[in-house]
Amino acid sequence: MESFVTQVRRDILRMVHKVNSGHPGGSLGCTEFISVLFQNIMERKPGFEMNGVDEDLFFLSNGHISPVFYSVLARSGYFPVEELNTFRLINSRLQGHPTTHEGLPGVRIASGSLGQGMSVAIGSALAKKLNKDSHLVYSLHGDGELQEGQNWEAIMYASAKNVDNYIATIDVNGKQIDGTTDDVLHMGSLKDKFTSFGWDVLEISKGNDIEAIVEGINEAKSRTGKGKPICVLLYTEMGNGVDFMMHTHAWHGKAPSDDQLENALSQNPETLGDY
Amino acid sequence: MKKYTDTGKQDTRSGFGAGLTELGRTNPNVVALCADLIGSLKMEQFIAENPERFFQIGIAEANMMGIAAGLTIGGKIPFTGTFANFSTGRVYDQIRQSIAYSDKNVKICASHAGLTLGEDGATHQILEDIGLMKMLPGMVVINPCDFNQTKAATIAIADYEGPVYLRFGRPKVANFTPENGSFEIGKGIMLNEGTDVTLVATGHLVWEALLAAEALESEGISAEVINIHTIKPLDEAIILKSVAKTGCLVSCEEHNHLGGLGESISRVLVKNTPVPQEFVATNDTFGESGTPAQLMKKYGLDSEAIQAAAKKVLIRK
Repeated sequence: MESFVTQVRRDILRMVHKVNSGHPGGSLGCTEFISVLFQNIMERKPGFEMNGVDEDLFFLSNGHISPVFYSVLARSGYFPVEELNTFRLINSRLQGHPTTHEGLPGVRIASGSLGQGMSVAIGSALAKKLNKDSHLVYSLHGDGELQEGQNWEAIMYASAKNVDNYIATIDVNGKQIDGTTDDVLHMGSLKDKFTSFGWDVLEISKGNDIEAIVEGINEAKSRTGKGKPICVLLYTEMGNGVDFMMHTHAWHGKAPSDDQLENALSQNPETLGDY
Repeated sequence: MKKYTDTGKQDTRSGFGAGLTELGRTNPNVVALCADLIGSLKMEQFIAENPERFFQIGIAEANMMGIAAGLTIGGKIPFTGTFANFSTGRVYDQIRQSIAYSDKNVKICASHAGLTLGEDGATHQILEDIGLMKMLPGMVVINPCDFNQTKAATIAIADYEGPVYLRFGRPKVANFTPENGSFEIGKGIMLNEGTDVTLVATGHLVWEALLAAEALESEGISAEVINIHTIKPLDEAIILKSVAKTGCLVSCEEHNHLGGLGESISRVLVKNTPVPQEFVATNDTFGESGTPAQLMKKYGLDSEAIQAAAKKVLIRK
């Protein structure tokens, strides 16, 4: 798993460097989580069917961290890893933000305009209940993204209607484009907010620690089916794994220079083979 | 001219309710969502017969659009129900990203369109919804003319794979199309053949256009009347064939002249057969409180307005 995560970090850095755009900070912060989810946790069928019946589903709501999503999808077999080379280029299926429009396997909804993914995930969880499909739905959201009001409509709905086959994870890195979430729009205690909205809340304090993530998500799984939606507060470090990208929001939406890339890659040596 | 009979005034939203009820019985994948307007959307019977396939979302239209998109992932065919204003402008970005750009098979069903919901006034009277929806790539836009056609359209869109905006209204209007008739998306209907002027109408203004044609006939003017229930994709052939004969056209809709059916027709005409066109539509304005009949008259959407527009366009030929 360590080697998988290291390779995904390399992919992210090389993808954003090549096109001098994209969002490395949040991508690196969620690399362990999305890798663990696809490699260790989710029950997935081979191939890709949009309907996703009889398998677990994942929705990325904060679509700007597409580099980590694309890398994990490719290295989990959804499409050839060589295609990562087309990220953000003209005529690519790997758009700046994820979309179903170009038919990229693994993507089930477009995201980028923030705050919409939770509603979609809830809808798919409701479809699973109608289909008597006992598999789970996972989603990932930024903490800053929770400033979008649609989330709170969805959060209210999920508990009121007992959508208990659903685990929503919040990437709590405390940062957004304009600064810290506390500075931009202080949101108070997310734990208290989700709890007061009727969710079962679980915290993973070491959100970049593979073992802690595995343990935490398995705990979250064990709490499904009990009448409440599950919220995982995943405390991560934006830019994790690259020393100069950590402890700052500067790398939210900025690509590294040639020298910076070299430095960053030296901290993350090739493991599974570069694309 | 060909005679059409109003078999009894009914609201088009009840046509939607009847169509949804039938879908509940015939298509197990159809599900319905509502944002606290079950009675207004006439969804009671569907809900009574299929409680497990109905989702009461509460007053949260953005969430409703997202949940509808999610339900399609799993093979469901969601029909969302709320007023036209809250089905479009309020949730434009949710429809754009989660439904249209994501190619989701959601049917956005919108009641209380236009001015004729009446007394509630301009906050609820959207006159921009056709424009908003027709601009979205891949979105089908349908505005049926009466109860029977709304029912038929509701049933038909379940068999179409892709996002659809279905627009209907609150007031009781003439019901004159065949009961249990068929509905073909994108296919205009020739209601009356004429030689002097083409009247192309959508929604309940189709009936007003028929009344206008009758009045014009008594003055010796022969009007062709076409029911364009599908604004997108537009049946260009039926329009071009008609103006090749008549040489002028009046478009009729309960919508702003900016962005509506009339502008779609203008585009077709200037690209193919430039002929004079007049617009029976609202003139870049908000609505106001009043009875449907008062509003139709004040804002120039009734049969008399269509007659006047026809005479005006005839002079410009």
